[in-house]
Amino acid sequence: MVASLFGRPIYIAETMEQMYLIGIGSLFLVVLTGLFSGQGFAIAFANELSDFGAKDYLGRIMSLAIVRELGPTLTGLMMAARVASGITAEIGAMKSSNQLDAMRSFGIDPIKKIAAPRLITLIVMVPAMTVICDAVAIFGAWLIAIFHAHISSTMYWAAIRERLVFGNIFIGLVKPVVFSLVIAFISCYKGFTSEGGTKGVGQATTDSVVMSSITILITNFVFTKFFFPMLRGYL
Amino acid sequence: MIEFRNIDFGYDEKLVLRDVSFDIDPTESVVIMGPSGSGKSTVLRLILGLECPQRGEIRIDGRNICVMKEKDKQELRKSIGMVFQDGALFDSRTVGENVGYYLIEHTGLSWQEIERRVREMLGFVGLDASEIIDKLPEELSGGMQRRVAIGRALLSTDPKIMLYDEPTTGLDPQSTENVLTLINKLTRERSISTVVVTHQIADALGVAKRFIVIHEGEVAFDGDFVGLRDCRDDRVRNFLGPFRASMDLVAEKKFMNGV
Ligand SMILES: Nc1ncnc2c1ncn2[C@@H]1O[C@H](COP(=O)(O)OP(=O)(O)OP(=O)(O)O)[C@@H](O)[C@H]1O
Ligand SMILES: [Mg+2]
Repeated sequence: MVASLFGRPIYIAETMEQMYLIGIGSLFLVVLTGLFSGQGFAIAFANELSDFGAKDYLGRIMSLAIVRELGPTLTGLMMAARVASGITAEIGAMKSSNQLDAMRSFGIDPIKKIAAPRLITLIVMVPAMTVICDAVAIFGAWLIAIFHAHISSTMYWAAIRERLVFGNIFIGLVKPVVFSLVIAFISCYKGFTSEGGTKGVGQATTDSVVMSSITILITNFVFTKFFFPMLRGYL
Repeated sequence: MIEFRNIDFGYDEKLVLRDVSFDIDPTESVVIMGPSGSGKSTVLRLILGLECPQRGEIRIDGRNICVMKEKDKQELRKSIGMVFQDGALFDSRTVGENVGYYLIEHTGLSWQEIERRVREMLGFVGLDASEIIDKLPEELSGGMQRRVAIGRALLSTDPKIMLYDEPTTGLDPQSTENVLTLINKLTRERSISTVVVTHQIADALGVAKRFIVIHEGEVAFDGDFVGLRDCRDDRVRNFLGPFRASMDLVAEKKFMNGV
């Protein structure tokens, strides 16, 4: 399966279609997620920090938390919920109505035709959505900073920038790439191996979302705890 | 050329086909008949290499399809057309894209040219092209979908083998006639091997001179019309049932029509 993902032919039209469906389709969800979790976290942190008279640190904490942890994980989970379910359901439905076999009968490899365009799209779109989520969350936290915590705007942005260093950005971009692989592989695998008609497709879809969400959370922890500390000297 | 050599096959432990052997020459048409669940569709799936037998050998044009690499299988399948029993139309593509699928995927033809051929093919299977070409398959009736599926299988550049899984089930007499004519025309003009799975005895007589009856995964009969009519095998007699009495009548009519 993995072997036939790569190599010719590459279906450009399908990939473009997926870019549009997955990318544009997820934008609204990701913006909402970023905005409200950014604000939520900012309120909680701002309240805690002001007890210590350290409100000015809000920007630093938000910058770090959003770019390294919140942005990638939330976007990953949202994409898992929205995209993994869609991919599994679509492939499963095609399988149960013999469309995959029909495709094969025309000499087309369904893995190249269906899985590869979705994989490529996710590798591009999950990081892109993460960046958008990050930006919106930081903006949301800024709203809280000025209107709720009454921190000066300049102070907030200076603090944000202080933690927006290469290392953090790098970590914040490596994670979504890994998450995109998790979502693509699990959702396609669950779709292609679904069995037992409509009920089977439903089950596979549920499994696909649950498995990719859990895998994302665990991978995120493993990366934060074990992999990135190993890179510390280089970043 | 299709060769089945002592095929045993099951989707799981239970065997669906047992010791099935037959040869189908290029240019030959064969009808496969048998009760529901006897393994007819499975035979077609095996010819396409969608499944591989537990025992035995399947050769298409002399090449054992089961030991072939996936890439070569794909290449081989381009020369095999298949009409699936349930149509298996691509439900998120329009009728036009379905019928033109082969041309879209495997030729560099312009969409204008493909559309021209799609319209021609839709007319050929008795459908009003301008009305349905941009519709989705689900907007069509069952019989219309079936004809779209047939059109899709037929519209490839150069098939060497055509497989039809119950192509006339659910069609009105006129469409049935059209489809059968189409199958015959293609078999004769392009000299290809044709395998038709059907329950309709009358249709069977119209498209082939050789009949294979499968019963619970075994070949119960393989021969011509006279042999089938006079067959003493209980499995075959039971399957033909009431039809046996009318077979002479049907045959007469067909032969009078010059088929
Ligand atoms: N995907 C599958 N998984 C498991 N068993 C299957 C599968 N497809 C078919 N079978 C079994 O294989 C046997 C033969 O099925 P097949 O579809 O070849 O029958 P058929 O002769 O085409 O019947 P019909 O005339 O009803 O179409 C049946 O007993 C069926 O239960
Ligand atoms: Mg069948």
